[in-house]
Amino acid sequence: MLLIRCPWCGQRDEVEFTYGGQAHLAYPEDPAALSDAEWAEFLFMRDNPKGEWAERWMHAAGCRRWFNAIRDTATYRMIATYRMSEEPPG
Amino acid sequence: MTGRRLDGRGDWLDRSRPITFTFDGRSMQGFTGDTVASALLASGEVGGFVSPMAGRPRGVYAASVEEPNAFVEIAEPWFESIRPATMVNLVDGLVARSRAGVGVLPRTAAARSARHTHRHVETLVIGAGRSGRAAATIAEGRVLLVDEQAVVVDPPPNAITLTSTTATGIYDDGYVLCYQRDGAVDVFHHVRAARVILATGAHERPIAFVGNDRPGVMLASAARAYVERYGVLVGDRIVVFSADHAGHEAAEALAGAGAHIVVVDPAVRPGPATERLRAAGIEVRMNARVVATDGDPALTGVAVSAADGQLTTLPADALAVSGGWNPAIQLARGLGIGLRYDEDKTCFVHDGSGPDWLTVVGRAAGHVPSSFPIWVVDDGDDREKYVELQRDQTVADVADAVAGGLSNAEHVKRATYIGTTIDQGRTSGVLTAEVVNRLLGWAPGAQGPTNARPPYTPVPFSALAGPDSGPVLLDPIRVTPIHAWHDAHGAVYENVGQWKRPRYFPRGDEDMDAAVARECRAVRASAGVLDASTLGKIDVRGPDAGVFLDRMYTNRMSNLAVDSIRYGLMLGLDGMVFDDGVAMRIADGHYVVTTTTGGAAGVMDRFEEWLQTEWTDLRVYCTSVTEQWSVVAVGGPRAREVVAAAGTDADLTNDAFPFMTFRGASVAGVPARICRISFTGDLSYELHVSPWHAQHVWDAVMAAGEPVGITPYGTEAMHVLRAEKGFVIVGQETDGTQTPDDLGMSWIVNTGKGDFVGKRSLVRSDTLRDDRKQLVGVMTDDPSTVLVEGTQLIGDATIPEPPAHMLGWVTSSYRSEALGRSIALAVVEAGRRHIGDEIHAVIGRETVPCRVADPVFYDPEGTRRDG
Repeated sequence: MLLIRCPWCGQRDEVEFTYGGQAHLAYPEDPAALSDAEWAEFLFMRDNPKGEWAERWMHAAGCRRWFNAIRDTATYRMIATYRMSEEPPG
Repeated sequence: MTGRRLDGRGDWLDRSRPITFTFDGRSMQGFTGDTVASALLASGEVGGFVSPMAGRPRGVYAASVEEPNAFVEIAEPWFESIRPATMVNLVDGLVARSRAGVGVLPRTAAARSARHTHRHVETLVIGAGRSGRAAATIAEGRVLLVDEQAVVVDPPPNAITLTSTTATGIYDDGYVLCYQRDGAVDVFHHVRAARVILATGAHERPIAFVGNDRPGVMLASAARAYVERYGVLVGDRIVVFSADHAGHEAAEALAGAGAHIVVVDPAVRPGPATERLRAAGIEVRMNARVVATDGDPALTGVAVSAADGQLTTLPADALAVSGGWNPAIQLARGLGIGLRYDEDKTCFVHDGSGPDWLTVVGRAAGHVPSSFPIWVVDDGDDREKYVELQRDQTVADVADAVAGGLSNAEHVKRATYIGTTIDQGRTSGVLTAEVVNRLLGWAPGAQGPTNARPPYTPVPFSALAGPDSGPVLLDPIRVTPIHAWHDAHGAVYENVGQWKRPRYFPRGDEDMDAAVARECRAVRASAGVLDASTLGKIDVRGPDAGVFLDRMYTNRMSNLAVDSIRYGLMLGLDGMVFDDGVAMRIADGHYVVTTTTGGAAGVMDRFEEWLQTEWTDLRVYCTSVTEQWSVVAVGGPRAREVVAAAGTDADLTNDAFPFMTFRGASVAGVPARICRISFTGDLSYELHVSPWHAQHVWDAVMAAGEPVGITPYGTEAMHVLRAEKGFVIVGQETDGTQTPDDLGMSWIVNTGKGDFVGKRSLVRSDTLRDDRKQLVGVMTDDPSTVLVEGTQLIGDATIPEPPAHMLGWVTSSYRSEALGRSIALAVVEAGRRHIGDEIHAVIGRETVPCRVADPVFYDPEGTRRDG
């Protein structure tokens, strides 16, 4: 079970969190202006790298805040967590 | 084997406390500190066990968790279906029975439970041998040291030491499950450690030769452990077949304990250990191999082949074998670490990969004696050389698997079941991989043993569950404040998410159909009352609440008048219906929205997600108030009379209090929010009140409705009544693939108001297809036939050859009291174009003729809504 540092509450067990998929995917400014292909790209396509990537978590059984994390998908190591308002570290 | 107890030996024994125990019906003696295995060996027992597959006689083979032969059931003073005899410590009143590798769970046995506790430490050291104790001693902060054995000699004073405690699994970020078995009461320690040190030692490896499974054959390290820990010498004339330094040391220890020893060493030239043995007067035969064993069945002689091929048979009552060492890093392998073959030590060692919080030390890290590379003795029949004792698998069985085309140790494992046993292949895993390598002509170490996963040793499920067992399990049961009344009035419940909702209230010997029919008639003819408290409710506040709801729902909520109510649909980004409910505008910047009973948490999550991750500029706050508002729904043509009779200061006339509005008013003397919403099509008042007042208001409604025969109804009648009106239930008519238009609800999609969640997806080419499945009604030609929900619909009366083209399926189906016949809702390909057409429902191999119909069966003009 991962140990996740909530930027608001500190380190807690993974069971207190829900997962939110890839981070830093902004909802398009004007979805109506997108072609079907562009919209499908936003809606369905996600990166799947081996190694570090940015993902979203929510501290569901705690402060209920969403935040971002950098995690290594091969080792499961949580490299950093940071608030929605913050830039990714490094 | 003619084992005996030695005077003055046995570090783990307390000789002042003898114990009498029962094994296979016989009374036996031992001491505190003994295991069943050590006590049996001390009593001169040879064998006493049989193998599970071939029924071959077997004896104690090891001294710890790698034991593949000697298993017992514990009958008293507690019950355990099966454990290695090497891991069961004697206690007063112990009754043990030998088990042939398979435990039996009697129905009457109490499940073995465990307390669960959490520990947070700087350092967890697993294994309290020399390396583990040294690591614990120099560790800083809180230090926890665990060991699977019952005794830890010289525990470090700075550590908390837990004996009889097995680390069953290491998981992410230093999370380790430690299972402490101390008598009848077990404890699961959930340990979170900043640093984990694996000091789990190594397991000695057997050598495959003819007759290597005979009672009297055991691991050399085990023979030595029985002397040193338990003061038991396993034989008087012992042959030690040793390919490594540790085996030679064992020979020295056994000789020192008084046994006559002959060492059979496969190495060509003597090493320093050999010289030392010879100096002590112990015979060592170099470049020799054990090629067979004699006995009936217990060992009496060992056939040894010398370098020149000459055979001699040595009389022996024990044969101690040391084929080298396998570092015990199974726990780390569960984390996905890699292995590397060490040629000098002829074993697989940790390649250094893995998380930075994990350190492997001592023999587990590969600091094991070098050994001569010998896996299988060539002489003799491969069918008598055992690779895996517990599965009775031989070199020949592995060869069969390889001849069948398998080359990967994982595949060979599945073909032979090697390593799937209680001991998890501790003695057999590496040996099997090397046999495969040899058979394929590959170099030693070309492939390693199969992977290892938690648990390290078997764990009863009941202990894992611990206190989380019984009917409640892990999911809470939620009930409304009126639940006790429902219980007292014979409600039959339906689970809706975690909620218990009354499904119907049978009277006398009514079955469900009869009760539901009566409840439906009451609502249509007079008045019924439903406990709708489970509806999800979310309080949405803030200056931007209206804007926010406009983006979440398909229609506009920002222009809703105060004291008014509007139905809304919520979509996923993919345009599919996600949930529905109503929004009530309480004041400027204040709404309460309702959700489906099962969807409340999901809607709340979605609201928070959008507010926190996308629309951070919106000043909106959401609060779940599901349990802060109970709902008593009074419906039926006489609902107005009933609410008036219950006592209210609201003007209930239709002009003053129209449909889809609400009033803050009193009901039965308590404050309420009275809402004119209808899920039945008939006049209806939902009384939203404090949960403290819910029972009082329910009672008042029941009393006020008594003259008109008010009838409490459940979810089943509610389903029928709403289906008569063609109202969908999200999750029943929908399965995540329906757009609003699929449900015939384009009227609720406001495309002129700006963007909302899911809007863009509604004009994707796929969502615009004109052959999408659409919600329609289905009427069976025979009005008495009630289709089963889920029934498939096809175009022809005869079922075509597969694959048949399925037009759709039935989503809801009931007998309708109001229509005096069966009705069904269904999703059907381009269904709205086919209203009035024939369609066929598939029931087994038959079809039932039906007509596609409008989904609104009852009162399509909506004349009953206002009473």
